[in-house]
Amino acid sequence: MTTFGKQALAGLRVLLVLTLITGVLYPAAVWAVSRLPGLQANAEATNTTLVAVTREGDGWFFPRPSAATLPASGGSNKGELNEDYNAVVAERRAEVAQREGVAEDLVPQDAVTASASGLDPHISDAYARLQVPRVARANGLSEDAVRALIIECTDGRGLGILGEPGVNVTALNRALESAR
Amino acid sequence: MSETVAGLLQVGLLIVALAVVYRPFGDYMARVYTSTKHSRVERAIYRTARVDPGSEQRWGTYAQAVIAFSFVGVVVLYVLQRIQSVLPFDFGRGNVSPGMAFNTAISFVTNTNWQSYVPESVMGHTTQMVGLTVQNFLSAAVGMAVAVALLRGFLRSQTDRLGNFWVDLTRGTIRILLPVAGLFAIVLVATGVVMSLKSGVTVDGQTVATAPVASQEAIKELGTNGGGVLNANSAHPFENPNGWSNLIEIFLILLIPVCLTRTFGTMVGNRKQGYVLLGVMGVLWTAMLAVIWTAEANGLRPLEGKETRFGIPSSALFANTTTATSTGAVNAMHDSFTGLGGGGTLLNMLFGEMTPGGVGTGLYSILVMAIIAMFLAGLMVGRTPEYLGKKLGRREVAAAAVSILAMPTVMLVGAGIAAILPATQGALNNPGSHGLSEILYAYASASNNNGSAFAGITVTNDWFQASLGVCMALGRFIPIIAVLCLAGSLAKQKRVPVTAGTLPTTGPLFATLLTGAIVLVAALTFIPALALGPIAEALL
Repeated sequence: MTTFGKQALAGLRVLLVLTLITGVLYPAAVWAVSRLPGLQANAEATNTTLVAVTREGDGWFFPRPSAATLPASGGSNKGELNEDYNAVVAERRAEVAQREGVAEDLVPQDAVTASASGLDPHISDAYARLQVPRVARANGLSEDAVRALIIECTDGRGLGILGEPGVNVTALNRALESAR
Repeated sequence: MSETVAGLLQVGLLIVALAVVYRPFGDYMARVYTSTKHSRVERAIYRTARVDPGSEQRWGTYAQAVIAFSFVGVVVLYVLQRIQSVLPFDFGRGNVSPGMAFNTAISFVTNTNWQSYVPESVMGHTTQMVGLTVQNFLSAAVGMAVAVALLRGFLRSQTDRLGNFWVDLTRGTIRILLPVAGLFAIVLVATGVVMSLKSGVTVDGQTVATAPVASQEAIKELGTNGGGVLNANSAHPFENPNGWSNLIEIFLILLIPVCLTRTFGTMVGNRKQGYVLLGVMGVLWTAMLAVIWTAEANGLRPLEGKETRFGIPSSALFANTTTATSTGAVNAMHDSFTGLGGGGTLLNMLFGEMTPGGVGTGLYSILVMAIIAMFLAGLMVGRTPEYLGKKLGRREVAAAAVSILAMPTVMLVGAGIAAILPATQGALNNPGSHGLSEILYAYASASNNNGSAFAGITVTNDWFQASLGVCMALGRFIPIIAVLCLAGSLAKQKRVPVTAGTLPTTGPLFATLLTGAIVLVAALTFIPALALGPIAEALL
């Protein structure tokens, strides 16, 4: 047999052995450890607030626009000089302004731009506060009570410096659900 | 605290974390590749696979082993995808189509991890674990093995032996990648990363796909692989839930490429040789971070394609790191970046990915560039150049030149053909110069084995699947063969003594020369193409 053939056969044997270790035992071990209490809820995304989906109706806070096709994730991948997409953004701005009854220039950027994952659980504090009057009215709650929920559902930066703060919409809508 | 201040402190924390592990981890890796002892697990692996760990290989045999191993890797991964429907945990996703399976197999074996597929609807969990995760480990270990073989070329004299590929591969996997990945997979679960064998989870009435993410996430970053377990990659909250996980993932991407400069210095017996390479890498990494960050902060619509929890600084930091290494994981969509910011990520790849570059590949790429820099310096003073006690003659410089020129050739030819094909117009997601950038980015990413994308481009037609697959293979294996040839030729030489005429390669003069060589080679090769794509967009 040629040297290359011999090397390929040796390679195949090495590949199979290392597949057992890195492709079977390794993920199995990580999976097994992730069953530990304290880790399992994370591992299985139990009652997760890590992702947000739109809940229809005036009684809910809206997350950011999404370009994802559920159950998959994804962004718009539109550049900032794309005229067609600029029109879509302008349309969203008009829609949000009308829905919340405010002027268009008060609509924050995160309300009209699609996130990278299409599942972004957070919105800016400004966008959350913009939605308060409508949500309070629809749920028969006072605006102060709703604002208190926003503060409760705001995630800060890790260690005070990692990432950016935001209001978790999924957590907020669930808090709303139990408050009304 | 303002976004900018927090972002700068985060960069500071990242650098401190890398500084803390730099010496111990770099020296540990040096011991892994120089130790003469085999562990019990390794001996069992050699016995089972019937390879002789004691025999040393010539450069040609070493190269043949790399190619043969990668070849069977592609075949096995292709077959695995094509029979997916009979494997458990496929959730009815069926067999992967031939073109896509071909492209994906090459992609993961070459450490590119370019993804023409949407994982949530195409890949089952078994293929992800038994196929893709395995190549996340092994392609990274191959890169380190080639780098170590090149170091042996510098270290040894008057021998034709470079070490044993199977031993280098096994040790890199078992002693370096596996323990670190295992530890950090658990850490990532603790931060909130998902590790589920279910197909999805119901959130407020809608189904969102899940997967065994954490185990692959850790090696995906550590091995500078970058293939997302889910479509949005590290922008997906299940892959990267918060600021903590984000910093950990960036740290993992940089860990091995950065610490390998210490391994290099330790192995060649002069740590300053490693520090100077790290310095050059660090300067270019920092400069490009400043460009991307500033560009994004001044964008018209900076939050498009970015996650709220990462904002601009953490997205810029990740984007810069993933393209300056050969990772390609993304926590924001580069396609929605500004002309200058997206152009910065593209330029990072076009530097040849050595700032600090991929696992192993970054070190051997910058060593090759150091040879080019010394050659240029030699031309200026009319003296045969030397590096690390070896003369750089015709053969060495030719091998270095082939290694450096492979990527630009493959990339520009591929992108050029794609740009004139009529079908390409329909594959683009953006008009004008940004559309051209999508093509340039795709071929730069494939030819550099990066794997990130201006992801709006649809690359599922046969031309893209085939041509990008070929670019990935040539962009990976031409440099590897050239580098091993170079190593073989260096190992044969006698060591030349240091004289008054030797240009020291530990000082600022050499650092400047090397930085200049990296920037100039990229600029001379790519400015015409960049002028029509990102530069045009940035000026509009």
